[in-house]
Amino acid sequence: MIYLQLLWVFVKIGVLGFGGGYAMLSLIQHEVVDHYAWMSTTDFADMVAISQMTPGPISINLATYVGYTTAGFGGSLLASFALCLPSIIMVYFIIKLFMNKRNSSLLDDTLKGLKPAIAGLIFAAGLSMMNMQNFVDFGRGQYNISVIICVLAFVASYFFKANPILLIVLSGVVGFFAY
Amino acid sequence: MKKPLQLFWSFFKIGAFTLGGGYAMLSMVEKAVVDQKKWIPSDEFWDMIAIVQSLPGVFAVNTALYVGHRVAGKKGAFAAMLGAIIPSITIILLLATVFREYRDQPVVERIFKGIRPCVVALILAPSLRMIKSAKVTWKTAIIPVAAVFLIWWCKVSPAYVILAAIAGSLAYALYISNKTKGKEAEK
Repeated sequence: MIYLQLLWVFVKIGVLGFGGGYAMLSLIQHEVVDHYAWMSTTDFADMVAISQMTPGPISINLATYVGYTTAGFGGSLLASFALCLPSIIMVYFIIKLFMNKRNSSLLDDTLKGLKPAIAGLIFAAGLSMMNMQNFVDFGRGQYNISVIICVLAFVASYFFKANPILLIVLSGVVGFFAY
Repeated sequence: MKKPLQLFWSFFKIGAFTLGGGYAMLSMVEKAVVDQKKWIPSDEFWDMIAIVQSLPGVFAVNTALYVGHRVAGKKGAFAAMLGAIIPSITIILLLATVFREYRDQPVVERIFKGIRPCVVALILAPSLRMIKSAKVTWKTAIIPVAAVFLIWWCKVSPAYVILAAIAGSLAYALYISNKTKGKEAEK
């Protein structure tokens, strides 16, 4: 049963995963944390951190991790292949169809319209991770170190395009000394 | 060395050493496929990448499938895809096993308490960058705001939001193309 659920979840994400790894992250969060409750919100945050620090596509990393924690080794392989399955079919057919229709502006326009919605999707994923489990000292004690980490990391990432791996490592160091 | 094997090895190296997602990977693919092996001419490569990019799914996998198929057919597509994902799967399996073992250690718990708020920031920042690059105006700001409200507040599945957004923007794109066609007909 868990195998079927994994298959269904990740095939669905492979079909609807427009807009790269982060867009898929929000789909995965909904299924894994909210819908099936396979993971807690802290487990999810830890998984994202680990997936970001390791090489390779982040969505494959996430699929492998989710599959492994829910159904072991077999689950990890199944989830990763399920994520690739729609791609295998689509690339095979669509590339043959669209090979000579590069200037089909309809496809381009549709994707442009999709972009703001996907941005909202990703933002919502971030918002739903803002909770007491991930911000342990919020409202307790006099220093909100977790809020400071979040704000500084945001500024560094948004305005200065800082390397995400560096930010994760630095936050880990701060956490080690602060908590 | 046979072509599928070469494809596997090329994408394996790219999968094992590329940090930072799809776009960082792209220049490595170009270097391997266009510059070194000369499997695909540069202009064709970039034309196809533009199409592959607009497909849903894992960008690296889509790229591997396209390049593999173009160079060595179905076998090539499979070999390239496996090359792209096997490093990820192996590394994550190792890390997840280790992490499961040590996550309850106080030291690890302290480190991750610091990391979690950073992860939240690392998800919020690219979403705002995306809004900027999509040239969202005050009028069209309703789209991302509605998406956030539906998913975060009403707990609607993001899958439905994507489907609705596809339907909406397809209708809009059709409307635009009809309008321009109408104008051309008038002339």
